[in-house]
Order: sequence, then C-alpha cells, then structure tokens
Amino acid sequence: MSATYRVLHCLNQFFAGIGGEEKASTAPCLFEGPKGPGNLLQGLFPDMEVAATIAFGDNYVAENTDRAVREILEILAPFFEPLKTEKPVMLIAGPAFNAGRYGLACGAICKAVAARYEIQVVTSMFPQNPAVNEYRKDVYITKAGEDVMSMQESMRNLGSLGMKLLSGEMILPAKDDYIPRGLRKNYFHSQPGATRAIDMLLKKLKGEPFATEYSMPTFDRVKPAPAIKNMGKAKLALVTSGGIVPNGNPDRIAAANAQRFGTYSIEGVSAFTPQSHQTAHGGYDPTFANANPNRVLPLDAVRELEAEGAIGILHDFYYATVGNATSVASAGKFGESIARKLIREGVQAVILTST
Amino acid sequence: MVKEIERTGLTVVHCCSIIPISKTVGANRIVPTIAIPYPFGDPDLGPEEEKKLRKDLVKKALKALATSVEQQTIF
Amino acid sequence: MAMVIGSFQVENIEFGQETALRDKNLIVNKEALHNFLTMKDDRIQSLDITLAKPEESTRIICVKDVIEPWCKVSGNNPGEGVKHVLKNVAIVTCGKIVGFQEGIIDMSGSGALYTPFSKTLNVVLEIEVVPSLTPHQHEEVVRLSGFAAAQFLGAAVRTSESDVVETFDTPDASSVSPDLPKVAYVYMLLSQGLLHDTYVFGQNAQKGLPRPISPLALLDGAITSGNCVSACDKNTTWHHQNNLLLQELYQRHGKELNFVGVVLTDEPVRLEAKQASAEKTIELVKSLGADGAVISKEGFGNPDADQMMLIRGLEESGIKTVSITDEYAGADGSSQSLADVTPEADAVISVGNANERVILPPLKRLTGPIKDLTHLAGAYPQSLHDDGSLEIELQGIIGSTNELGSHTLSAREV
Repeated sequence: MSATYRVLHCLNQFFAGIGGEEKASTAPCLFEGPKGPGNLLQGLFPDMEVAATIAFGDNYVAENTDRAVREILEILAPFFEPLKTEKPVMLIAGPAFNAGRYGLACGAICKAVAARYEIQVVTSMFPQNPAVNEYRKDVYITKAGEDVMSMQESMRNLGSLGMKLLSGEMILPAKDDYIPRGLRKNYFHSQPGATRAIDMLLKKLKGEPFATEYSMPTFDRVKPAPAIKNMGKAKLALVTSGGIVPNGNPDRIAAANAQRFGTYSIEGVSAFTPQSHQTAHGGYDPTFANANPNRVLPLDAVRELEAEGAIGILHDFYYATVGNATSVASAGKFGESIARKLIREGVQAVILTST
Repeated sequence: MVKEIERTGLTVVHCCSIIPISKTVGANRIVPTIAIPYPFGDPDLGPEEEKKLRKDLVKKALKALATSVEQQTIF
Repeated sequence: MAMVIGSFQVENIEFGQETALRDKNLIVNKEALHNFLTMKDDRIQSLDITLAKPEESTRIICVKDVIEPWCKVSGNNPGEGVKHVLKNVAIVTCGKIVGFQEGIIDMSGSGALYTPFSKTLNVVLEIEVVPSLTPHQHEEVVRLSGFAAAQFLGAAVRTSESDVVETFDTPDASSVSPDLPKVAYVYMLLSQGLLHDTYVFGQNAQKGLPRPISPLALLDGAITSGNCVSACDKNTTWHHQNNLLLQELYQRHGKELNFVGVVLTDEPVRLEAKQASAEKTIELVKSLGADGAVISKEGFGNPDADQMMLIRGLEESGIKTVSITDEYAGADGSSQSLADVTPEADAVISVGNANERVILPPLKRLTGPIKDLTHLAGAYPQSLHDDGSLEIELQGIIGSTNELGSHTLSAREV
C-alpha cells in the first residue's frame, strides 16, 4: 500500500551521512528516498513517505544563503513540474537541535520552498537556536532538544505537527509543542472579556500569576555605547567565541555548549602560532584555525596596529569561549562577567570575534 | 555575550560571518568577516595577502568602534 | 439614593393593533411608531420599519446604533428612581453611509456568532432624511429617532409589573472588609467630533471630561452613542446600557473587591489634550484610593495611545491595571496589533483581531441601504461574491470586538 503523503526531507551533511565538519562546505545535493533521520520519520509516521532527501553543508548554506537557496529551489524544480503526478505535499527540515548554522539553513530553505512551490513546510529546533528568532514568523518550528540525544522525541514532535498540518487539524503552540509564529488568531473564550478582565485584575492585585492575552512586543536591545573618540589612546581588549585557547586547552572548555570561558595572557605575545594556540570549538572545521589561530582572533594584525599607533594599548589578557550550541543564558553570563573584569582593568573598547 | 558587554557601557564591535545571528543577539556594531572557519583569513591567499586582509578587517573594526551609531549598524 | 431596574423578558415580537407586551410577546403598532417618529422630527423624509428576529435569514446593513427600549417610571434625577427595560429587544437604526464605519448585523449564519444583536428581537428603523442636511444633522436625526423609538416601546410597560426587580445602591465602601482590594473603573469614551462622539447626560462628551460619575447614573443610561467608529469596536448605546464590566464590579463588590468608583475619560484628538486628560484621570483614580483599575476603550488607532498613557501613569502611581483592547493584526494576524504599546501594559484582555476575515453566507433578506454595502469599513470592492456571500473583516460587524468586554471573542498567538 502506498503512503498517503509524499514529503521532502532536508538534512545537513552530517545527518545525511556525507561527513562531519570537514564536509561542511558541501554544495546542496539530492538523494532518492530517506536518509538517516528520514528513516526514523517514516518509521514513526507510516503515512509519510520521504520521496527525496536534500542534503547540504552547514557552512555552504550559512555563508552563501541566497545562492544555496536558489540552487536548492532548482534541484527541487522537477518535483513540481506542472504535469508531474504525485507532487510532494510537504518539506520537512531537520531537526537542527541547537546548531545555529544548521538551523539558519533549515529556516531559509523552508521559507523559500514554501514561497516558491506553495507546499507546507515544517522544521524543528531547540528553542534557543538563534535561527528561531529569525524564522519563527515564517515557518512552523517544533521544539527539539539541545542535541542529537533527543532525536527520537524531537522527530516525533516534528512529524506529528507535520501530520496535523497535512490533515488540516487545528494546532496550538502549547499543545503541539511548536514555537508560536506570532500570528494572532481569533477564537471564542468560555468567558466574556469583562469577566476575564476582573479575574485578571484580582490576580494581579493578589500577586498571583496571570497570563496577559496580548504580550507587548519586546525588543531586547541595548543602547549603543558611545564611539571611542581617540582609538590611538584607547585600551582595547580581545574576546572571542571562536574557541582560541592555549595549546592543550588547559581550562578544558567544552567543544559544544561551553560552561565557562578562559582568561589568557598575551603579554609580550606578538602573534598566535600553531605551536602556542589552537581552537577548542567543535562546530567548525578546525584545520584552518589550528594552522593559524590569528584567522579567528587576529592578534598579529592588532599588535601591528598597536605598534603603528592606531590602538593606544592592547589589554594583557584575552577572553575565550566556545560559541557552539552554547545557550543564550550562559553566553549572557560570560559576557557580564568578562565585562566586569574589563571595566576593572580600565578597558574602553572591545573586539569580539565569532566563527 | 556582545549585548551584555555593551550593556555595561563598553564600546564593542562584533566581527562575525553570519550577520543574521549577530543581529538577533543584539550587536550594535557589526563587521562582516570572511567565513565561519576563518573569519579573519583566507587559506586560498598567500601569507602576505592574507595578513593584509586580516589587518584591513581589524582596521574596519577599529573604525566601527570610533563611529557613533544609533541602531544596529553593519560596517 | 437607589436605582431600581425592572426587567421584562420578551420572547417574541410582532406588528399588531396596539403597542403592548402580552405574555412576553411584544406587539408593535407600526403605524403609530411611524407617525410618532415622523411627527417628532420633520427632517425625516422616509422611514421604513421592519422586524428582524434571531435565526432569520436576514442581514441588516449600515447600522448606526442599537438601543435597548426603556422607560423611566419615576425619579427626577439620573441614577435615582425606577426604570423599566425591555430585555431581549433592540431598536436598530440604519441610514445611508455618513461615516464609512457603519456596520452589519446577520441574524443567522456564521456572522451571527460575532454580534450580540443576532440574539435580540430587533425593530429596524431605516431612516432617510430630507436633502440638504449636513452629515452632523443627518446623524442627529438618526440618533434622536432611535432614542425616541426606544422610549415609545418602553412606554408600553410603564405601568406593568416587571419579571425581575433589581435595586442598586451606590457601592458602599464602609461596610466592606478592608482586606478587599479597592478597584476603580476607567471608562474611555470616544469624543473626537467629526461624527466620532459620545454623549453624557445628552451632552457631547468633548467637553467636561475626565470626570467621576456615579455608577447609578451609568445604570440609568447616562451614556449614549453618536459614533461612527468601526462597527466592531463602537460602543453602541445598547453596550453602554448593558455595560458588563460595570455589572461585574457590582456583583463582586463586597465579596472579591471593593468597587470605589468610575472615572469617565475622553479620547481627544490632540496630543497635549491626550496628555492632560490622562494626567487628570490618573489624579481622579488616585483620589478614589484605588489599588487597581480596569480600563475599557472605544475605537482603535490613536485611542491606543490614550490607553497606554493611562496604563503607564497609573502603574507608575502604584495602581495596578488591566486594560481591554481589540487588535488590528492584519488579515493573517502577522502585524503588530496596536498603534502604541508600553512595557507597563502587562495585563491586557484581547477581544479579538478586527482584521480577521470571515465569509458570510448569502442571506435571503437584506434590510438597510443595500447599495452601500461594499463601502463599509471592513468591506472592499470584491467583498460581495457572485453567489451573494460576503467576505468581510470582523471590523464591519456590529459589536464583534467590543472593548467593554461584552463578548467572548479573543485572540491568541499561534
């Protein structure tokens, strides 16, 4: 018996079985049938048939998003030719867990495919994945765990929302475990507004929890700090989330979801060398950074500019962590703590580099 | 991280290759860099050229620090 | 001082020889009502009176106002004496479009879910005025005719025995437990001229607000509508007469809260006036000793700014707020809902997205100035489909997103 719904599945190079970080620049390509997590999807949802799998390198899509998306749309074109029977009815992407580049790719591809081919799309990410904010208004994103350990459960959420969308069932963010899309939709409450208003006011007055029915849009933005008037006199510090650490990673900063940052002296050091430093970051191909750590944290160039007088003085320490799948909450704490140290040391300006 | 640093009043520039993420995390001064595995480099270039590229990017970052901005700005 | 309200539950309405209520059946002498209204105001050129009952296949178009028939039996001052009201009956006034924000009422089909007036027994007045009247005069004729008709029907039960008698006193703070939170009601009225007006004791609310007002006067019908804001969030006279928020405060007084009073405020057109009104309103609420305030609204757009100023100012004064608003989030719900926001507005009741579209099925009978249908706010040139169905935003339906909180519609994020 043939499956009810033909779907397309979208995976990065790792989950498609092409390779790890060293294959992160792979251009998009198409495979017939399911790959890796696609098999799990079919197993969990026998009414879905993965017609094809689109695979792409994380970096390829993250770095050239427009081009990559164009290429993927072209690759998919034959599925949507006018005379084609059994056109796919849905694109499913991920789960991308807390991988930022993978998430961005899933979001961009879903958005573009929905617009071009007018099929339903759904993806899955950890709620703090940076791509969530970027794409939640355009695409249904079901909640995934932080990493691959939660594959089974994340895929189940993803597939069940997909099934509901395909069958036109009513869905709600809390019930169906997806990120609210910011779309306001009417419904009839069991109580009139006046009754709800007095109930809410009494709760608010008693200090009990209540849920507003319309949250004010929030923009957590920080006011830009003033410009540095004279860089030639300023004290500059270097900070990186690219994982550049002394060789051997003495603080054992984790390759992903780091729990700490390191403070390292660069007093009298004119440049990083492959012998002195390395990357501890597990989210990108480390070959280039290990060959020349200045490619991630440009100490050599900063020292030259210091010597030329473009910078007053470089702070004797730099601060490093790994931004790979690190939660926004931890990153915020690192930032606060680093900033306190910097202010104590009389630093005025900061260059923060990320991979 | 960048937002929390700036919140204390320090002037900070975020150098990264994936601009949308930088915008989402709330950086105000953003300098786009080359690529994820080598933001300040390019293995295809000779050592001299690559060094020059890196220095230019740092100069751009210094310029961003010295420029007054009212909102998120990509340099 | 007390206000006694005697209610008559009406179950059916029909035209007949003598205007009277018999066995819950309201009989209306159409000719007498016609003559009464046309003799009262010689600016009426033609008047058509029809009935529209729940579940009929009827669509009422270009509705201006809805009024509950009443009769003041005794008492010389507002807020005192005895008043009789005909429950379940409504006068519906219609006329040609003047403000582009008149609305529709569907008596059956999906549109009936969104308006309270699909459940009332309606006496529909379609009024045409003599040529050469200004828009203001046009609206005045329609407005006053509606009130006159409501009193004409109300007079039928002047001397009858009502089904339910309720006695309301000014909420008494002294007999209430001091542990109960003190709650005030901030009642925002649209008052912008250009047919966007509300009347307090018959006077245009553009002058004299903000002011405290006795809840008893409100129960006595002190506020009437003369408004051309969008049909969905215009507070019709019926809504003012049946203010559910006021009823809730009364019912819970002494049990869950201490109802300390009502402040009427306006929604003026200039920023300085808005600021001045907000400041004065906040002072008045403070003078009532309120711990909390509930804020109702009328209209959308610039009134959002009034409401946000009130919320901010009250919260800054330590008075906790809950506010009622509708949303204009676009047909797909993706736009920002309000024209103005403030972080202090952390407790908001949403009465629905007025931009959401509904398709109303074709109905057999259309009453009101039919040719104006697609000019209503909320409709658009392609609104009327070939099969007679009507695609329209909720904002075109009378009372659909009422900001006194009369109805159950709400919106949530999906």
